[in-house]
Amino acid sequence: MTTPAPYRVVTRTVEAPDVATLVLEPAGDPLPPFSPGQFAMLYAFGVGDIPVSVCAVDGHRLTHTIRAVGAVSSALHGSRTGGTVGVRGPFGTGWGLDHAAGRDLLVIAGGIGLAPLRPVVLAALAAPERHGRLNVLVGARVPGDLLYASETDAWRERGARVLVTVDRPDARWNGDVGVVTTLLGRAAFTPSDTTAFVCGPEVMIRATARDLVDRGLDADRVRVSLERTMHCGVGHCGHCQLGPLLLCRDGPVVTWAEARSLLRVREL
Amino acid sequence: MSDGFLGAFSDAHRERLLSFARTVSFPAGTRVFDEDDPAQRFWVLRHGHVDLDCHDPARGALVVETLGEGELLGWSWLFEPYRWHLGATAQDAVTAYEFDADPVRAAIEQDARFGLALTRSVASVAIGRRLRACRIRLLDLYRPTDTGRASAGGEPR
Repeated sequence: MTTPAPYRVVTRTVEAPDVATLVLEPAGDPLPPFSPGQFAMLYAFGVGDIPVSVCAVDGHRLTHTIRAVGAVSSALHGSRTGGTVGVRGPFGTGWGLDHAAGRDLLVIAGGIGLAPLRPVVLAALAAPERHGRLNVLVGARVPGDLLYASETDAWRERGARVLVTVDRPDARWNGDVGVVTTLLGRAAFTPSDTTAFVCGPEVMIRATARDLVDRGLDADRVRVSLERTMHCGVGHCGHCQLGPLLLCRDGPVVTWAEARSLLRVREL
Repeated sequence: MSDGFLGAFSDAHRERLLSFARTVSFPAGTRVFDEDDPAQRFWVLRHGHVDLDCHDPARGALVVETLGEGELLGWSWLFEPYRWHLGATAQDAVTAYEFDADPVRAAIEQDARFGLALTRSVASVAIGRRLRACRIRLLDLYRPTDTGRASAGGEPR
């Protein structure tokens, strides 16, 4: 494994009570450029490291959204502006937006799964001439968990069809209620000419991918981001094995055509 | 819109069903039907959204699901005792095809192929999809947990 490179926390934005977005810039030599969908191993020095996907890439700056759920993520989530974290990467496969050129795009996110998909949205908005209609479908548990709430209106203004739903509305919520797959019927896409990008809990991914195929998308055109325990990031340790795949190297983004049969095996 | 309730029909059966339809509009906030009222009509939404709710004395109308363009509003008209299980309110301005249940039920009895097509569509497109979605919501997949998506900012399993 390579030595983690020191990166300085430039900004920290609170997205939700337990979620923060960190913008990092290299304190020394920058790492090679990341592609959307790839992940880094982020180190909270003295605590440990976890894999975190990039949610924006701006030159040498990296942006990561982190939910505090354990010791390492809590330490990273609590990083202060000016503090230092360690970064290894880039690791894994990207979303492959280039392969979707000319097609309608479906970006489908559940919960914090919107974070790895955000760079797909930003790239598509930056070059609208390269693809067809852009749909962003977002599901969250409660309104307060919705990520990038300040950005989604801007995405709409720039031409994206953004549909948002929550499982549990509060008294102030006047939007949609239901699971994210229920939004598919309202998205604007031609199934035979669409590429879908899906990220979220694995049950949500399976349900969404099956629904997409039922609606006429080719399984090769449904790209999903999978998850197993990432550790080394370079396919050596085997912790992230899913059948023939080592997801840190062969994933996390794979096609539903590759993933479908693997996810039917409970022991994998 | 990529598909919807009407997309599940053959051209002939869709035309037959639409022969019973009239176009209606509801302003935002319109109460379309109440729980336990007789289910004498149904709708296919063309524009806008409708919230389905269940009334709780302490908390008022609790929205359980939102329906949008292309979706079927109401299936209790098809099955006895023909009463609504939930209430419905227009979330915003709604335009819909509205159907009276009696003539459609009569057509189902008279034309078995049409009846089968309509029943299948209601079962698969409306009830089936909503049941699957409801089951997924029951899992509360997005709850904070230490087995969340690590690469999306969670923690390794």
